[in-house]
Amino acid sequence: MEPVIQIRGLSFSYPETAAPALSDIDLTIEQGSFVAVLGANGSGKSTLAKHLNAILVPTAGQVLVDGLDTANEDDLLGIRRRVGMVFQNPDNQIVANVVEDDVAFAPENLGVPSEEIRRRVDSALRQVGMYELRMHAPHLLSGGQKQRVAIAGILAMEPEVLVLDEPTAMLDPRGRREVMDAVEALCRDRGITVVLITHHMEEAARADRIIVLAAGRLVMDGTPREIFPQAERLRSLSLAVPDGTELIESLNAAGMELPMDGLTDEECASIIWEGLCR
Amino acid sequence: MLKDITLGQYFPDDTPVHCLDPRTKLILTVVYIAALFMAGSVGGYMLVALWLAAAAGISHIKPKALFKGLKPLLFLIIFTAVINLFFTSGEDYLIQWRFIKITYTGLKNAIVMVVRVMLLVSGTFMLTYTTSPLSITDGLERLLNPLKKLHVPVYELSLMMSIALRFIPTLIEETDRIMSAQKARGADLETGSLVERAKALLPLLIPLFVSAFRRADELALAMECRCYNGGEGRTRMKQLRMKRGDGAALLLGAALVAGVLLLRRFGI
Repeated sequence: MEPVIQIRGLSFSYPETAAPALSDIDLTIEQGSFVAVLGANGSGKSTLAKHLNAILVPTAGQVLVDGLDTANEDDLLGIRRRVGMVFQNPDNQIVANVVEDDVAFAPENLGVPSEEIRRRVDSALRQVGMYELRMHAPHLLSGGQKQRVAIAGILAMEPEVLVLDEPTAMLDPRGRREVMDAVEALCRDRGITVVLITHHMEEAARADRIIVLAAGRLVMDGTPREIFPQAERLRSLSLAVPDGTELIESLNAAGMELPMDGLTDEECASIIWEGLCR
Repeated sequence: MLKDITLGQYFPDDTPVHCLDPRTKLILTVVYIAALFMAGSVGGYMLVALWLAAAAGISHIKPKALFKGLKPLLFLIIFTAVINLFFTSGEDYLIQWRFIKITYTGLKNAIVMVVRVMLLVSGTFMLTYTTSPLSITDGLERLLNPLKKLHVPVYELSLMMSIALRFIPTLIEETDRIMSAQKARGADLETGSLVERAKALLPLLIPLFVSAFRRADELALAMECRCYNGGEGRTRMKQLRMKRGDGAALLLGAALVAGVLLLRRFGI
């Protein structure tokens, strides 16, 4: 698959801090893939996300988006148009008083003709299942709905990559599910590359690939089935191990020999069931 | 309780007045104010009042709503009336008792001023009653568009206005939350003297400001991520279009000015 983002030897330090926030990261993200970035607080995952659309520029190394260097000021709009970013708090991302006007904000900034904006806005709202509420005032929506409006606002730019920085951190379980379902559908059905920053293992389990950061370094990289069984390692990086994996781990410690690569609760349950039947 | 705050109340409806282009309504409001100040006769004021009544009638705005808008200005109106009544100099005394001297001109001036202020305020309220704050901002931006040539940041100003409107409910919610939090820690916001209550507001305002700045920071970042780079080269999803109704309304506005001037000329 074509790489859409290439990161080479990326290091970054915030001004007036001694320890670098990111050091020597090499990473290639393929087009249409769903990548989850895990890491404890302060591991540098948000800093990494901000490098993907040139909000931050590397202190050393290079970030290329579709071959465009994020350090190049002239390509700034081109990069931001290709890589959309959704933040944690939906309230602080919505600009307008009406849902559809907010979604139109980005294409309006890009100077898209008005009929084309209309088409993009309608299509973006349909993709996240918010078309029926397009005339609503954002502050009357639920958290999950607001976050989906924020995602639609990015989709209206027709980006290749969607970066989500802990988009579900402020949502209730229902809103979390709504947003994750919408994001997964965008990747699977529309072929949009998704980079999801999260600390929820259940969300990371939906990805094709998991990247784990610790103290600004890339320490693990693999499919969820490769990462989840390394429960001991994840714990040493202050990451929560999914409940199902934890249960299988303690069953194994008690003498059973079960595979550790179950991702969802259902998968773990059937692994345990098969183990018991044997 | 904070939820009830409205700014420039808007009554959504589907009448011909509501459907007018916001630019038309803004122009008409200016025309109306101009006509009001040009009126110099009883007939003129009556014509202006008639015009307002007709607009209110068409847009289903009840007279009660129009007068409600005057309430906060009651003091100002009475004050103007009193000043004009007692302090107009002249010889045509109506009442002269010790130091109280009310002249005929004074009485006339007082009535004219009261009528003027009332018509002025209720006329501008008609605009906010029939136009949503967002379309007012939109209309203003387009009306002021020519000023862009003079490097007036018209788009930025209107964006600031609409973001301010957008964040009013959010910040009200936030205030409610901070209030509950401070009350839970024993803050007393409701009793005590005025000074004490004002002091009690401080622990409410500081967190509110801090959070507002944090919000502004995040919003700016989110806007940058959505390719915001000023008003230049921006397009619009919703194009405002002047329709036939707008032309008719503007003609009526012109007729109002002409009528007022004619009545003034003939002193009716």
